[in-house]
Amino acid sequence: MSAPEATREITVTVNGERVTRRVEARQHLIDFLRLELELTGSHVGCEHGVCGACTVRVDGTMVRGCLMLAVQADGARVDTIEGLSDSGEIADLQQAFVERNAAQCGFCTPGMLVAAADLVARNPRASREEIREHISGNYCRCTGYHAIVDAIETVCRGRAGGKP
Amino acid sequence: MRTAPGRDLKPSPFAYAKPSDLDGVFDLLERHGDGAKLLAGGQSLVPTLALRRSAPSLLIDLNGIGGLSGIAVIGDIVRIGAMTRYAALERAPEIARHVPLLAQAVPHIAHAAIRNRGTIGGSLAFADPAAELPACAVALDARLVLAGRRGERKVAAGDFFKGLYETDLRQGEVLVAVEFPAQKAPYRSRFAELARRHGDYAMVGLAARGRVEGGRVGDLRLVFFGAGPKPAEARAAASRLEGQDVTDPAIARAVAALAEDLDPPGDLNASGKTKLHLAGVLLGRTLRGLVAEGS
Repeated sequence: MSAPEATREITVTVNGERVTRRVEARQHLIDFLRLELELTGSHVGCEHGVCGACTVRVDGTMVRGCLMLAVQADGARVDTIEGLSDSGEIADLQQAFVERNAAQCGFCTPGMLVAAADLVARNPRASREEIREHISGNYCRCTGYHAIVDAIETVCRGRAGGKP
Repeated sequence: MRTAPGRDLKPSPFAYAKPSDLDGVFDLLERHGDGAKLLAGGQSLVPTLALRRSAPSLLIDLNGIGGLSGIAVIGDIVRIGAMTRYAALERAPEIARHVPLLAQAVPHIAHAAIRNRGTIGGSLAFADPAAELPACAVALDARLVLAGRRGERKVAAGDFFKGLYETDLRQGEVLVAVEFPAQKAPYRSRFAELARRHGDYAMVGLAARGRVEGGRVGDLRLVFFGAGPKPAEARAAASRLEGQDVTDPAIARAVAALAEDLDPPGDLNASGKTKLHLAGVLLGRTLRGLVAEGS
């Protein structure tokens, strides 16, 4: 395992499915997901970790897909927006985003939903300020954020047991 | 893949290795020298590679080595493994209790997704001038544990940061842990940072620690970051406050003394003069926070 290689064979469980591919060491996770596995739900924005469009989930925690090498995901579980959507995990978030008009062009939306899913699971009693702080790493150029915060707040209240 | 010169956003090709122990790391470092870079959290390294500011021939992944992460309280010392993620520090009750300066600082580091991967060791070894943790380490007199083929050595944080991205880490060495003294009353600490938006690189920040008794401060360590190539200790400002009550005139005297301590370079965010002014603002806020009830 210690010998340097320019390419490496990796096995990753993506949205519940085991995949094995040989990848270049320099390919980051988001390019691997999009280009090798055609999971284009996650997006590439700034490609240096700032905009959040590439946010995916690795081993249960959200990460920047552009700041992780695909080779580092060997043996890991990766969940993309496709998986989160198909499993129904974020159905309430997706519905709230639609109802609150929290998506316009949709470019930030997958990353925003992964971040939102992390928050509503971890801290459903989050205040609007806490919501804003949590999604501060996901840039949106269209909505001005209010509708997104509204949608997440609605879901938080729903999950915490109150009425939306 | 062809990209326009100066606009490359993919790394140059490199080889990758993931040793399972430190000896494997030392072997690779010896064989590849300058051509190898260590990969910890990757949150600073990977963008550096993507923007082609760096083009190593080999990346040595530290994530496969056991025993490099975790938080242990051993007597009066809190030992933190270098591979401990920021998110783990954020959630650890031992950090909130024994190293509250870190607990205050970590939420300012970038954003949650980055904190899930980035490590304290990476922050200290990379020594970005705008980074939070190097200043905290200096303010708290932390000791950095460096491992090499021949064994370990410990370096005081104040001696570790030497210049712009320059540390005392030698060729063939790996930062494996950092030891912080557990904070005990009457010592308190306070962290503050100014950034344009939450999570942005700091325009200027301050990691402060001191003894507080009845509104008077003593043994103050005031360490600014984002105000120079490395953490900048404001000794003149601290000496103006030694044994003093934190009153408005005392704060003003300390702020005035900052011009002796700091000479911040200007950057995209602010001129040097503005940064010095902002450092004074942070100093006032931090001092008042330090002596406030319930701190």
